[in-house]
Amino acid sequence: MLASVRSSDPSTGAVLDILKGPILAIQDFYQLTGRALRNLTRKPHHLDDVKLQMDALGFGAIPIVVLTGAFSGAVMALQMGRALQQYGQTGRTGTVVSIILVRELGPVLTSLMVAGRNASGIASELGSMKVTEQIDAMRALGTDPTQKLVTPRMIAMAIMLPCLTVIDDFVGMAGGWVIGKLIYDLDFLQYWSQTWRALVWSDVVQGLLKPFIFSFVISLIGCFYGLRASGGTQGVGRATTQAMVAASVAVLVLDLFLGLIFVPYASY
Amino acid sequence: MSEPEPPRNLLRFENVTVRFGELTALNDVSFEVKAGETRIILGAAGSGKTVLLKTAMGLNPVSGGKVFLFDEDATGKPEKDLFAVRRRIGMLFQESALFDSMTIAQNVAYPLLNQPGTRASRQDMEKAVRDSLRFVELEQTLSRYPSELSGGMRRRAAIARAVVTKPPLLLYDSPTAGLDPITAHTIMALIIKERDVDNTTALVVTHRYQDGNLVANFRYNPDSGRLDPAAADSETGGMAKDTVFMVLREGRLVFEGKQRELEASSDSYIRKFVKRPEKDAA
Repeated sequence: MLASVRSSDPSTGAVLDILKGPILAIQDFYQLTGRALRNLTRKPHHLDDVKLQMDALGFGAIPIVVLTGAFSGAVMALQMGRALQQYGQTGRTGTVVSIILVRELGPVLTSLMVAGRNASGIASELGSMKVTEQIDAMRALGTDPTQKLVTPRMIAMAIMLPCLTVIDDFVGMAGGWVIGKLIYDLDFLQYWSQTWRALVWSDVVQGLLKPFIFSFVISLIGCFYGLRASGGTQGVGRATTQAMVAASVAVLVLDLFLGLIFVPYASY
Repeated sequence: MSEPEPPRNLLRFENVTVRFGELTALNDVSFEVKAGETRIILGAAGSGKTVLLKTAMGLNPVSGGKVFLFDEDATGKPEKDLFAVRRRIGMLFQESALFDSMTIAQNVAYPLLNQPGTRASRQDMEKAVRDSLRFVELEQTLSRYPSELSGGMRRRAAIARAVVTKPPLLLYDSPTAGLDPITAHTIMALIIKERDVDNTTALVVTHRYQDGNLVANFRYNPDSGRLDPAAADSETGGMAKDTVFMVLREGRLVFEGKQRELEASSDSYIRKFVKRPEKDAA
């Protein structure tokens, strides 16, 4: 069908040629996703690899998540405190910091940080394995690379990213309190009771569901670009950059769509 | 109950074509490998040698023709069905392809742990790994990582991994590429030793004629542990009647025959791969 369109109309054919690459890439990505998900129910389950990846992708990311959380919470408290001061509502700083962090900033910032760190890390690791024929060797030696490399990373990320988000949220609130205390002289109990009372279950659900969904996107995009790497070290570098950019953009785009789903149903 | 008959052909290509997009990497290639044969595959860079080996292993999809492994049609088989067939094939990759994050012992044990139907007890596995590493004289590197070894040692460790399950068919992709002459000779000696000790069938991809010459004309002597010249075979001109040479050019098989026929060829492309000191001097 494509051939007939191309022969009858050269300009349409040229457009189809341009579109062929991205469409094939999307098809490959969905096939990889399907295989990775299907492996959840298939033996062998490489649990040792899952633990290893939870350590590398999750625990290894704690420092960067703590730093991001602390400074984002602190900056938010600084700016919001000033805005609220105009209305004599500085005491509500904890409420604003808590809601914004748990609903939006915590999941998104954590996921962006993890996308930058882990999607590129996964892509470079798998890319190096691809260009040095280790992926082929794995297949030759009786292992499905998707089952051995992709599924464990996907599981590890799905477990660890929500946990990292909780850490980010808590550290962010603590960072907000430090600024609240130092700049606006907020009371400890008042701040923390405000942050606690501000949250409802739907905030917590969306605050954990978002990173859970983002985790699949980040890990699968990292694996996808890594397994497609070709052309030696230059190809690995290219795959790393592409994975990081694609994962970050995907997180931001998905966040909007998830927001559109969650916000109408959120109870205030 | 009678024993199942051993396959006549370990590998058979029937008009195999492999394309990557617009590029034709293998073009209508046909040949068959009988049990006990060693095939030396010569060709310039980009002529399709590695693609041929990977296609034989089922790592590349075939665009046309059929590939038979152990008399079974392996064309288009799903990956999970190919794992059982690949268990009977050992492959040495061009850059060794050892897993960076694993020790040499873990690398060599990998097929024993992961290939379907090769589950062994821990003791048997340790013994097999040690035996295999002893075979390539690398027993002392068990707990070292690939990055700690030299290029030649990595190649030997990769041979140990390829032969640890004692597969009847071995595929060697440029085993001597990038190695100095002494190390290259050591690797080729190991390939000959494996052939003569375990009676394996092998495909050896190389661009060095002397590698093929060594395989065709030398035998492993288990008493001395060295290579001795094989008895002359009047039929083939070369020493070994089980060694067949193949030459690939731009994805096409342009020569298949014995050493004498290869050396007698007047084709300018084929002549580039054959060292004939007296003629070269002339």
